Amino acid sequence: MTYSYFPGCTLKTKAKELDSYGRKAAEALGVTLEELDDWQCCGAVYPMAKDEIATKLSSVRALNSAKQKSQPLVTICSACHHVIKLVNNDMKNDENIALRANNYLGFDEPYKGETEVIHYLEMLRDKIGFDTIKQKVVNPLKGRKIAAYYGCMLLRPSKEMQFDDPENPTIMEDFIRAIGAEPVEYAFRNECCGGYMTMNDKSLAQKAAGKVVASAKLKGADEIITACPLCLYNLKQNTDGSLPVTFFTELLAEALGVK
Amino acid sequence: MSMNQKELSEQIISMVGFNPRQCMKCGKCSATCPALEEMDIHPHHFASMVCEGRINELLESKTLFRCLSCFACVERCPRSVEPAKLIEAVRDCVIRAKGANFLSPDAVPGKLDPELPQQAITAAFRKYGK
Ligand code: SF4
Ligand code: SF4
Repeated sequence: MTYSYFPGCTLKTKAKELDSYGRKAAEALGVTLEELDDWQCCGAVYPMAKDEIATKLSSVRALNSAKQKSQPLVTICSACHHVIKLVNNDMKNDENIALRANNYLGFDEPYKGETEVIHYLEMLRDKIGFDTIKQKVVNPLKGRKIAAYYGCMLLRPSKEMQFDDPENPTIMEDFIRAIGAEPVEYAFRNECCGGYMTMNDKSLAQKAAGKVVASAKLKGADEIITACPLCLYNLKQNTDGSLPVTFFTELLAEALGVK
Repeated sequence: MSMNQKELSEQIISMVGFNPRQCMKCGKCSATCPALEEMDIHPHHFASMVCEGRINELLESKTLFRCLSCFACVERCPRSVEPAKLIEAVRDCVIRAKGANFLSPDAVPGKLDPELPQQAITAAFRKYGK
């Protein structure tokens, strides 16, 4: 299996492990991730206003590059996934946005949302299958109690993201079982970590992130996994730091024996 | 701001692509909002103020810079009103004006720490400036 891959800026800098372990694990699972040529930053947040066009263009370029190769586009960072998937929906469903973006970009053929955008976790679940992963695990993470942190961007808005049940998701818990560990469910796994508010009002970010970690601890978690560099930052730096937080790809690589 | 309140209200409705009059004032959006205590105008109230055309008050609101864009209100609104989009549209009206950036590039170095991901800086620029 070969997919187009959009790593995003943060995976080239502060979150290198999210990327490198993701690539190693994919290889071990027989999947080739082909990084897109000349991709540009997705902008980290989805521009919600209908009259925002320029801020959506980098996503459209990435989507069109994957279309040229007739490959699904895989993302790992929650934020990149959220932005690119929502822009793809706009290109499919919002004639005005699609027309204006296409007029600007001038591709040979207008882009109309043809590319399938999948998050790495969806690739594991839907393309490879957790049962297959279970069989390839050489180093099951036995006895580890892991809290999955979904946050906001993978799940919401669910009508468009179509990732999992937004109020009772299971994909990350199934992932944790597949690598041989024990998932810990807790109330705040799909509530906000504070996001970019750490730039503007640290105390608000601390309050939000603190609730997530306290909630995971209350249910007996020893560690937290996430797919988002900013969630990882908030859960580590804007809390008392009492629970280790890692990227899900790192644990996958560990379980597959390629860490 | 030269536009009158009615025009502004219409502009905001066109930016979000739905009519906030669908709101049934159930308060679910505010009940689920993680930034509620830091806001001066709460999400359900924000939606009704857009309907009432009270945009000048919204343009001055602290809420514009307290919303986390967590989409909880969007997800949990039973009437598809999407308060986060209304808040973003009003914030866009503020920051699109020349010289109205909420985050100045000069302020960024003071906010950095060795662990801060690039994503946070990019997101803040997108949310707080044009
Ligand atoms: S949840 Fe929706 S319907 Fe209820 S008050 Fe908020 S905007 Fe109105
Ligand atoms: S998106 Fe903003 S207004 Fe809506 S629940 Fe989240 S913080 Fe509150």
